[in-house]
Amino acid sequence: MLFMNMSPQMLQLLVWLIPIPPIAAFFIILLFTRGNKLASDLVAVGAILLTWVIAVLVLIAALLMPHLGEEPIQASFLWLPLGEASGFRMGTLVDPLGAVMLFFVPLTASMIFIYSTGYMASGSYWTEVKGEAHGTESHGSDEHGEVAIDSAGRKVTRFDATRWKARFMAFIGLFAGAMLLLSVADNLLMLFIGWEIMGLCSYLLIGFWHNRIYPNQPKRITPVGASIKAFMTTRVGDVFMLLGIAWLYSFTGTLSFRDILYNPEVLNALNTPAFPNIPALYPMSVAEAIGVLLFIGTIGKSAQFPLHTWLPDAMEGPTPVSAMIHAATMVSAGVYLIIRMFPLMTVGWDGHHLTLPMQAMTVIGAFTALFAATIATAQRDIKKVLAYSTISQLGYMVAAVGIGAYVAAAFHLMTHAIFKALLFMGSGSVIHAVEHGEEHAHHHGHHFPVDFDAQDMFNMGGLWKKIPVTAWTFLIGGLALSGFPLVTAGFWSKDEILADAWAHQPIVFWVLAAAAFLTAFYTMRQIGLTFAGQPRTPAAEEATQRDWRMNLPLVVLAVFAIFAGYVGVHEEFPVLGHLLGGNFFHRFVGSTLLVEPEKLPFDWTPVLLSVGIALSGLLVGWLVYIVKPLKAGQSDPLARLLGPIYTLLENKYYFDELYDLIFVRPARWFAEKIVYLLLDRGVIDGFLHFVARTFEWLAFRNKDFDTYIVNGAGDGVAEGIGNLGDSFKYVQSGRVQQYLAVVALGVLMLAGVFAWALFLR
Amino acid sequence: MIPLHWYLLVAAGLFVLGLYGVLARRNAVAILMSIELMLNAVNINLVAFWRYLAPEALNGQVFAVFVFAVAAAEAAVGLALIISIYRNRQTVIAEDVNMLKW
Repeated sequence: MLFMNMSPQMLQLLVWLIPIPPIAAFFIILLFTRGNKLASDLVAVGAILLTWVIAVLVLIAALLMPHLGEEPIQASFLWLPLGEASGFRMGTLVDPLGAVMLFFVPLTASMIFIYSTGYMASGSYWTEVKGEAHGTESHGSDEHGEVAIDSAGRKVTRFDATRWKARFMAFIGLFAGAMLLLSVADNLLMLFIGWEIMGLCSYLLIGFWHNRIYPNQPKRITPVGASIKAFMTTRVGDVFMLLGIAWLYSFTGTLSFRDILYNPEVLNALNTPAFPNIPALYPMSVAEAIGVLLFIGTIGKSAQFPLHTWLPDAMEGPTPVSAMIHAATMVSAGVYLIIRMFPLMTVGWDGHHLTLPMQAMTVIGAFTALFAATIATAQRDIKKVLAYSTISQLGYMVAAVGIGAYVAAAFHLMTHAIFKALLFMGSGSVIHAVEHGEEHAHHHGHHFPVDFDAQDMFNMGGLWKKIPVTAWTFLIGGLALSGFPLVTAGFWSKDEILADAWAHQPIVFWVLAAAAFLTAFYTMRQIGLTFAGQPRTPAAEEATQRDWRMNLPLVVLAVFAIFAGYVGVHEEFPVLGHLLGGNFFHRFVGSTLLVEPEKLPFDWTPVLLSVGIALSGLLVGWLVYIVKPLKAGQSDPLARLLGPIYTLLENKYYFDELYDLIFVRPARWFAEKIVYLLLDRGVIDGFLHFVARTFEWLAFRNKDFDTYIVNGAGDGVAEGIGNLGDSFKYVQSGRVQQYLAVVALGVLMLAGVFAWALFLR
Repeated sequence: MIPLHWYLLVAAGLFVLGLYGVLARRNAVAILMSIELMLNAVNINLVAFWRYLAPEALNGQVFAVFVFAVAAAEAAVGLALIISIYRNRQTVIAEDVNMLKW
């Protein structure tokens, strides 16, 4: 077969080619097809499909290779020589873990790209009218070109959200390219490059609708604010991560994964104390210190507590961005990092006592999982629920790595990317449907306040019949998220994490189980509020969504959300275990490590417990929100039940306000008072003004010198000579006798001189 | 013979008198006359030197004749100038002919 005969060089070349099409699409769109939306769509989608095809080819070849873990597909070259023996290399690596990435990243990215061509083809939002209200901005869907005044007195008008579609396709192309770069990278430097490009793209994409404002909602964050917040927060994590990378490089002299992580000598060498001179920190090894630093990068990128605040506000970006960044790719990159660096994190782990980074991951991951799940139960916005759900599920994966469940974490990473992308895209369909409904209702004469929120679930309801494709796929995704047993991928992956927690760290099990209960509950809440019952607003009444470009990806991902989990079924699971050939995923991914991770024996207890918890969560949600669906104007039953706690949850435990108080405001004060006023205007400008004044003074003195001394000298000489002439002119009196007298005198004197010279000497 | 220096003294005396006349007389014609006196004094000098130092050579005599001729010519020219000035300026006082001045 083709793949058997494919030479190693060909395979390596294909791997290099994987990240290239989307990045090329970025350049092509921005340089050439920026004015043509269709062409940009085709370029972007074509590029990502090309990448998918290549990735599938590489994936199949990788799957057919018997010892991919020991002999992965790899190639590298020296990129930046430093001295004679060392330097930074660039290279690609496809080992089993990389193959997993190559499976789900191009898949979800392709679906999101196709979805985007449909999603970004309609929509409008409020923007401020600057200066004259010519209506140049209002190409919007509202043909009236209406200009309204909001409560703050600003003139606002509708803006066409599709104007920059080409730019969007270019940016997500760059983004996908960066994620793929990170996925095939064989060293930390290249991973970091992809990481940072994604950080940039998240800034560009979250703030994509940069002129969007929310009239009458002064406290609500705008896309611009959200993009800066996202970038700054992840930057904090990135700084520590870079420290870790630098330390690792200086300690081992390399950043290559194979050279460090697959190399017992290096790993042992890393087991030396990090701070030998500080007695209190003596037990910490270099590996642990670097592990913690790298993990902090993940805390930022994967929105774990305490750097979680950026992710919910990142929902300001268009929904495909949320799907891309916050489900399929970017936040997954954080988890990928810690999974990839697992051998480093576990240096010194004897199977029982967790190392320091593992402890950190366990604590933070488990805490975040529960913490975010509690907040999700009280959110009104459909995307915010999913945002907190993402944070929570990432917490699961981080905790899984923390307790040593290497394969389970990778498994959940894969399944989560699929169903979360599905859920986000589904929510985008819902939002679009409600927005279209609002437009239709608007045209029928209903009047809407300036700030109708199409994302508020309490404005929805009864959408099951209106948008059935979306509803069914959303249900499948939601069940996968909740871990509905047997038929969803989420069940298998979540279960594996819980099983490992039950066996090794029971406390973690109960925390994650509580989070699982809440996950199921808020999922049902979300589905109930959005789809069940009767429409609560005219917008929901007239909601409609028919675009194949948006429905097709939903269906495709729903299929995967059901079937993707079957590769990881425990071999001792009744019936399905043998049917599906045992836990292929575990064998495959486990072979990435030097020592294949232990395979836990099948234990009914955690399985039954988790099934029970999930089903009970779903049941409670169903009872509260679906059996008796909410009617228009009705408030959340949960609010009545929890009272002030509900407010606390709805306001995310006020962490945003806390961070604003202790970080943002002091930073702003410092920037304005110290850096701007004192340093910039006072010191630097002061110095410059001083220099300018000095030179000005010197110039004036120069002028004086010129005027009085130089000119004076010149004029003086001329005047002096004139005066001299004036004095001497009287010699010429015109009187001949006077002249003769002078001559006679002169002759006498000459005669005297001659006489003296000739006779008297 | 009387000593040479007596002639030289007489010549010098005449010369000085003539010089005084040139410098001090107002009338232009008188100045011309004084110039003639100076020239003649020079002539006396010339002839004295000839007679006492080289009587057999002719140079002294020739020189004296030259001086006479030049003196005469110059007196003629000078008088012509004075007549021209008088016609223009109605005066022969040298002091009053001071146009070429500052």
